[in-house]
Amino acid sequence: MFSNPLIYFVVIPVIMLLGLYLSRNMAQIRTVAVTGSLALLGLSVWLLVDYLGLRAAGASDVMLYRGDWEWFSALNIKLSVGVDGISIAMILLSAIILLTGSIASWKINPLPKEFFLWLILLSIGVFGFFISIDLFTMFMFYEVALIPMYLLIGIWGTGRKEYSAMKLTLMLMGGSAFLMLSLIGIYYNAGIESWNLLEIAEKGNISENWQLFLFPMAFVGFGVLGAMFPFHTWSPDGHACAPTAVSMLHAGVLMKLGGYGCFRVAIYLMPFAANELAWIFLILTGISVVYGAFSACVQTDLKYINAYSSVSHCGLVLFAILMLNTTAMTGAIMQMLSHGLMTALFFALIGMIYGRTHTRDIREMGGLMKIMPFLAVCYVIAGMASLGLPGLSGFVAEMTIFVGSFQETATLNRVFTIIACCSIVITAVYILRVVGKLLLGPVQDKHHLELTDATWWERTSTITLIICVAAIGCFPNFFAKLISETFTVEIFKVLGM
Amino acid sequence: MEQLFPILILCLPLLGFLVLGLLGPKMSHKLAGWTGVINMGITMVLAYTVALTFFLGESTITEPIFNYKWLEFYDKLVISIGFLLDPISALLLIVITTISFFVHLYSIGYMHGEKGFQRYYAFLQLFTFSMLGLVVATNIFQMYIFWELVGASSYLLIGFYYTRPSAVSASKKAFIVTRFADLGFLLGILILSYFTGTFNFTDLNNGNLVATQFGGATFMGCSLLTWALVLVFMGGMGKSAMLPLHIWLPDAMEGPTPVSALIHAATMVVAGVYLVARLFPLYLMEEAALMIITVVGAITALYAAIVACTQVDIKRVLAFSTISQIAFMMVSLGVARPEHHEALGYMASMFHLFTHALFKALLFLGAGALIHAVHSNDYTAMGGLRKYMPITHITFLIGCLAIAGIPPFSGFFSKDEILAACYANSPFWGVWMSVVAGLTAFYMFRLYYRIFWWNEPDYGHHKPHESGWVMTLPLILLAAASCVVGFIPFGEYVHFMPEPYHIHIDPVVAVSSVLIAVIAIALATVMYRKENSLPDKFAKASCGLWKAAYNRFYWDELYMFITHKIIFNGVCRPIAWFDRHIIDGTMDGLAWVAQRLSITIRPLQSGSVQAYVYVYLIGALLLGTITAVCIL
Repeated sequence: MFSNPLIYFVVIPVIMLLGLYLSRNMAQIRTVAVTGSLALLGLSVWLLVDYLGLRAAGASDVMLYRGDWEWFSALNIKLSVGVDGISIAMILLSAIILLTGSIASWKINPLPKEFFLWLILLSIGVFGFFISIDLFTMFMFYEVALIPMYLLIGIWGTGRKEYSAMKLTLMLMGGSAFLMLSLIGIYYNAGIESWNLLEIAEKGNISENWQLFLFPMAFVGFGVLGAMFPFHTWSPDGHACAPTAVSMLHAGVLMKLGGYGCFRVAIYLMPFAANELAWIFLILTGISVVYGAFSACVQTDLKYINAYSSVSHCGLVLFAILMLNTTAMTGAIMQMLSHGLMTALFFALIGMIYGRTHTRDIREMGGLMKIMPFLAVCYVIAGMASLGLPGLSGFVAEMTIFVGSFQETATLNRVFTIIACCSIVITAVYILRVVGKLLLGPVQDKHHLELTDATWWERTSTITLIICVAAIGCFPNFFAKLISETFTVEIFKVLGM
Repeated sequence: MEQLFPILILCLPLLGFLVLGLLGPKMSHKLAGWTGVINMGITMVLAYTVALTFFLGESTITEPIFNYKWLEFYDKLVISIGFLLDPISALLLIVITTISFFVHLYSIGYMHGEKGFQRYYAFLQLFTFSMLGLVVATNIFQMYIFWELVGASSYLLIGFYYTRPSAVSASKKAFIVTRFADLGFLLGILILSYFTGTFNFTDLNNGNLVATQFGGATFMGCSLLTWALVLVFMGGMGKSAMLPLHIWLPDAMEGPTPVSALIHAATMVVAGVYLVARLFPLYLMEEAALMIITVVGAITALYAAIVACTQVDIKRVLAFSTISQIAFMMVSLGVARPEHHEALGYMASMFHLFTHALFKALLFLGAGALIHAVHSNDYTAMGGLRKYMPITHITFLIGCLAIAGIPPFSGFFSKDEILAACYANSPFWGVWMSVVAGLTAFYMFRLYYRIFWWNEPDYGHHKPHESGWVMTLPLILLAAASCVVGFIPFGEYVHFMPEPYHIHIDPVVAVSSVLIAVIAIALATVMYRKENSLPDKFAKASCGLWKAAYNRFYWDELYMFITHKIIFNGVCRPIAWFDRHIIDGTMDGLAWVAQRLSITIRPLQSGSVQAYVYVYLIGALLLGTITAVCIL
């Protein structure tokens, strides 16, 4: 079992939990958190390199590093692991954000030990979800990732934290209820008594009627987490009240679970229904894209702005997945990467600014460029990534999505592609509005003049994220290939396209 | 070796940006400034070498010098970053690096002691990099990438004085308006690439093939190719400030004056013209698209010229004059047809782009020297300056003569070709553009007389004086260039048809246009040479036209109304309200219903044993009865 490298993505966090349990002071807690996340990051980088090596050497399996271990044989539940290019991209993203999030929580207060405990438990869920290919274990890890969120927001949050924590948990749980139903439906109707994704896709045969019934449930179930209209309202409140690292992980990684699940479970296993019902969800996600952007234009709370911006950007992810062609889907995964990194950057910066000014209302701040130039410049870079400046990650992801979506000739797809393209203008409006009000112009509050710029750990965290954003933006072909090659071996065989 | 220079041309400014951007705060002003100047000087020398080797050599290769895959979509649909050297890109290489170098040098004096000096130079380098990348693009998507980068660097430079609210809103406006135009550009690219399966200019400019690939597809009664080309042109309208997307350019004057000279007069704003010229063979396939270009250009030219006659801010006069002159280039492209003088308009447009860049940069840098001297942008604070600033005076006069089209200055030659091209297409456009040319001469000399003659205001103790050599040298060199570049046999190097075009002056057009210009200048002399009441009388007699023109025909108010009242208050706010109250309200409502429900049925679990026993007994009795009934 321990010869499979993937298992260590769960083992390392478990060891970290043990280390946390033993640690006595802040320094030890930090050491455990940072060393552990560094180890995870190192492991994911190694995995990426090794994976590329194996593929270059001609490995043609759909998933590599496969491993199966019996878990609950009465129901054929196994712990099955395996990764392809898409999961590796997601794992890498999670590791980066866990690391930067841990560094950003350098001074977390109160109860640092418990905070990191839940944060790491959450990361077990995230990594477990991305490595497993058994539907049941996947679902289990999914739940493991959701529950700690309640406590993290409820205890360490700000503002109406109990309300937001409850709302977020209930809405996501509601989504999981649909999801559970759909997964059980898949298990019993695939005709092969197996939870294994690959086996179901290869040998299973879910009848068309069942697909039409199960697909919407699975898509909505994951879609809630992907902030799909109209099930997105947990996102603004949840993000606004969550502490910095939790916002980062939540917007950066957890929302990606939604998009990943929609693709991996809903579309991959039920291609017929995906083709038939895509139009409904295209309309919903198309609305998400512009609706989120328009809503972001009038918000005054920094976190609300970014939460609505996430609704818009994540809407684009689901939108592109539903286009069911390689280019758009590659774009969707790149958008997940890009959005994950830049939202994490945004939330990290907002947390740092909030930690100084004690307000997130853009009307009460101004001219921060003069006071904290480093943070302000980083904010501008994050903003530019978000509005799609070439050279940063947002541009390549969005362009891949638009070019891919435009290949679909159906009128509905065309119309919504054009509507989605309009988001590039609206995004520019709300980003520049914030940059103008928050960072530029005269200083609003004289007390802010005494504030200081970023500390070294804040700098480490933001610079790491900026480098990643720029790396995707400057060398997109590496990532695009990693992802699109996966599609060519995998899904289109199933979809028959 | 053949690839080394082109790569360096792109990499040096980028490197300059990174070095100045990252290490700038640690550098002294002097070091940062001169690093920028020297870096740009080297780039300029390299660009001249590459461009002149191309023009003087026999080679007519139009294959990209290098082309690296940057992002692959599928099959042939690949975004590459490459370097295409052909007559127009070589021409633009010369223009951009020259003006950029002069602006770098000039800024040492102009920006002396400003806070953020290093940042300013970093942004200038970034802009130059983006602009160079734009003109050497081998495919339309590369152009789009650099197009966006140019927009961003323009945003950064307009907002350079970021503590001023006016600069912040001007930069925001510029970015959003051009972004909106870029949406059109993007959709145009998507349509083009969908049908042709390629982004490459070489493939796209094979007009007949593209037309076959479109296969006569139509949308709303117009062929899709026309739609695509018009949408692409919309991107050009945004960057080149054509009506109705011109509103950002006058406000962009909030940036430092050398920036206005570089970006908002000489280089970035001609990107739209360059874009149309780049795809010109394709535009020739669609008469309707060219017609739209001509009409938009002609209306913009007239509009901007009228507005320029009334503005008091000297930079705004120059901004509107820029809009008008770029519209000249657009019209020139719009009227060009291979059957009329071998597509003379194409050559004329590029020629005017070249000469205009030189004399407009000269005028802006001159204006910068004036603003530096009197610390105001309004000409009301100036007057009689010829005595105090002789070099600026003479060079500014040369710039004015060049733009007014007086021989032998450069503007005369290029404008004359444009007018000839217009007359060749239709006398209507010819007369129209001649009128605009007359207005050009009028407003430029109005400006000239108000600044250098008129009446001297009270300058107080600090008499205005000439600036240092770093500022006057670029003025002198640009003025000298404006005197001589008209004599370059431009048609030999840049021509649309395969054979070189031999420039010849059409005597009728030339004489009439010079005559119009002289009359306009004479009128300006009468009105503005000395302080008098003629301008006021004239303004009163114009029945509101003057006031409307002074207020730029209320375009800004119209845009304010649309963006604030309609989009912000009419769309964004209702959506945000809907989200908070309807969508979220439903969710909260569900939670409320669940809570109510549980409160309602909670009394059942009262905890009182008697009640439980009571319920138990009733239940047991009921069950017993049912069983009994069933059995019996």
